[in-house]
Amino acid sequence: MDVLLSAFDILFRWDVLFALLIGSIGGVLIGAIPGVGAAVAIAILLPATFSLEPIVGLTLLLGIYGSSMYGGSIPAILINTPGTAVNALTTYDGYPMTQQGEGRRALSLAYSASFFGGILSVICLMLFAPVLAKVAPYFGSREVFMAALLGIVLVVFAHRGQTLATGMLACFGIFINSIGLEPIAYTKRYTFEQSWLSSGIDLIVVVLGLFALSQAFLLLVEKNNSPKATPLKGGLFQGLKELWVYKRVASVSASFGILMGMIPGVGEFTAQFMSYTYAQKNSKTPELFGKGSPEGLVASEAANNAVPAAAMIPLLALGIPGEALTAMMLSVFYVHNVIPGPQLFLNEMDFVMALYIALLLLNGMVLIFLMFSTNFILKIIQIPTRFLGVVILTLSFVGVYSLRNSITDCAVAAGFGVFGLILKRLNLPIVAIILGMVLGGIMEVKLRSSMARVTTPLDFIDRPISAAIFGIIVLVIVLHTRSVIKEYCGHK
Amino acid sequence: MFKLKPMQILFKRDRRTGDFVFAVIFLLFSILLLSQLNEQVHWSKRGKFIAQPGFWPAVSLTGMTFFAFFHLIGSILSERIYGRIKEIGLWLRSLEYAGWFLLYVWLVPQVGYLPMTLIFMPLLLFRLGYRDLKMFGLASFIGFLIVLVFKTFLEVKIPGGELYEYLPGSIRSFMILNF
Repeated sequence: MDVLLSAFDILFRWDVLFALLIGSIGGVLIGAIPGVGAAVAIAILLPATFSLEPIVGLTLLLGIYGSSMYGGSIPAILINTPGTAVNALTTYDGYPMTQQGEGRRALSLAYSASFFGGILSVICLMLFAPVLAKVAPYFGSREVFMAALLGIVLVVFAHRGQTLATGMLACFGIFINSIGLEPIAYTKRYTFEQSWLSSGIDLIVVVLGLFALSQAFLLLVEKNNSPKATPLKGGLFQGLKELWVYKRVASVSASFGILMGMIPGVGEFTAQFMSYTYAQKNSKTPELFGKGSPEGLVASEAANNAVPAAAMIPLLALGIPGEALTAMMLSVFYVHNVIPGPQLFLNEMDFVMALYIALLLLNGMVLIFLMFSTNFILKIIQIPTRFLGVVILTLSFVGVYSLRNSITDCAVAAGFGVFGLILKRLNLPIVAIILGMVLGGIMEVKLRSSMARVTTPLDFIDRPISAAIFGIIVLVIVLHTRSVIKEYCGHK
Repeated sequence: MFKLKPMQILFKRDRRTGDFVFAVIFLLFSILLLSQLNEQVHWSKRGKFIAQPGFWPAVSLTGMTFFAFFHLIGSILSERIYGRIKEIGLWLRSLEYAGWFLLYVWLVPQVGYLPMTLIFMPLLLFRLGYRDLKMFGLASFIGFLIVLVFKTFLEVKIPGGELYEYLPGSIRSFMILNF
């Protein structure tokens, strides 16, 4: 109870609530504009939040992270263009519903399912937090190292059909992180006698290049597009009642979202795929899936919106980000000397709770905002993509230049921007580079700090948690190899 | 005898135009970096291998080369997708906008954040083919808002322009501080 009161004390300040409100509304608008997305917005805003208090900066970014998927469902349903990548599955049933004249119903159901997924996820996490606080101290250097390694392995194998490319890019991320002065003997690594490489390549510069600048370049070089959407008539409250009909699908999908969100490197896509498959298999009308099934829509939206809160678990409890957005948030923690991990759960449980309550509040704020402003958002969706590219390019400058006022940083970011554009055009996973950088750094530090207690490689897995994580790593590799061989034999 | 079809199945993956070119360049890049390992990292005579400063670059570059090699094999074995030159042309076109960005970055400390943003956004729109005054006005307004939010309110670290030095006293400090 004391923890809760203290959490309320942290959260209920005008600056924190204002940041949450701005983040939530901004996140919806950003998510609704195809071609922007939360990653671009968070990358741009990241350096600006460094001057704010940790809780203010984090609630602002959390607001964007937690609400962008709500906004992304609007163009997915009304114009068959997902606002964010994770809303792609929403188009399968959302857009056919619009074509059948049920756009209002589809949006209303999507908002309600998203709200349900988001709220259920946060409630589960709040109940789960005391358990995490008890387990977290058992994670020493070896366990965190193993968890980071598991994160890398999962990222690589979660990208089916792109496993080799993801492995390549994850290793590239680990390599980028190793450039510059190494932290123990201070010898130079891959600096090529260039002074600007001595301090290494900053994660924020890479993030801004790969996410924001690459998106700006992509919008500027591709054909101009200005989506058209017809305004909606009538209220959007009916979905709240109708969701009751699909309560089973919504609950199972949200549970998939929570589970998958907690596993580093897996995230929304797997959660959506599993919930959509579940919903179709258990539906009385499976033939409607992909042609305007409300159940399919609910499954997709409830699952993806349950992920953000769950993704905070490995980040807060172990300091291990599961995907690009939480990796960016990790840098905000580090800048403010708040180190996520077991100690945070032990010593600053009220801070963790405050973040959870913020997530709970933002879901409410977003739902209310959406119920009354969907038609206004429709106008924003129609911004021409090239115009948007100019705005993102201008905003990216703030992000990169304000870090250290360095033109070199901007040139490096521009280089990564072009590289990111190529990766986006080839549909290769950019996130693998960011996770490689972050998890590679964690692995290096934890490997070093655990060496005093490790004489043989077997010592790494002589404790139950590290042994269990190692077992999971082996299992993931074996299962993936088995599925590749099975597929190969099946086609031969 | 070498059978192509089973190998294609084994290396089956999502591909797009330009994949082969990227795979070749990335493999060459990885090999080049790996070949520099002994020159670019320090190997101390004492201590475990995993504690060496060169351990992580070695692991990551070996991994990069390994995956890049099989990525290229997969690309070679896959059916050709036409339009490679056009795709590379698009990649290269992005360099122009990288140039625009760097020019903007270079000019801001000289001209000043607000004036440069008010010039840059409409100018880039003009380059993109816009001729509508309304769009130029909107771009300038958004540019002004960006400066107002980030520099004036959030006080992000962006230096005042050198041109501000020519402004009269009180206006100069106001401009340096806020715009």
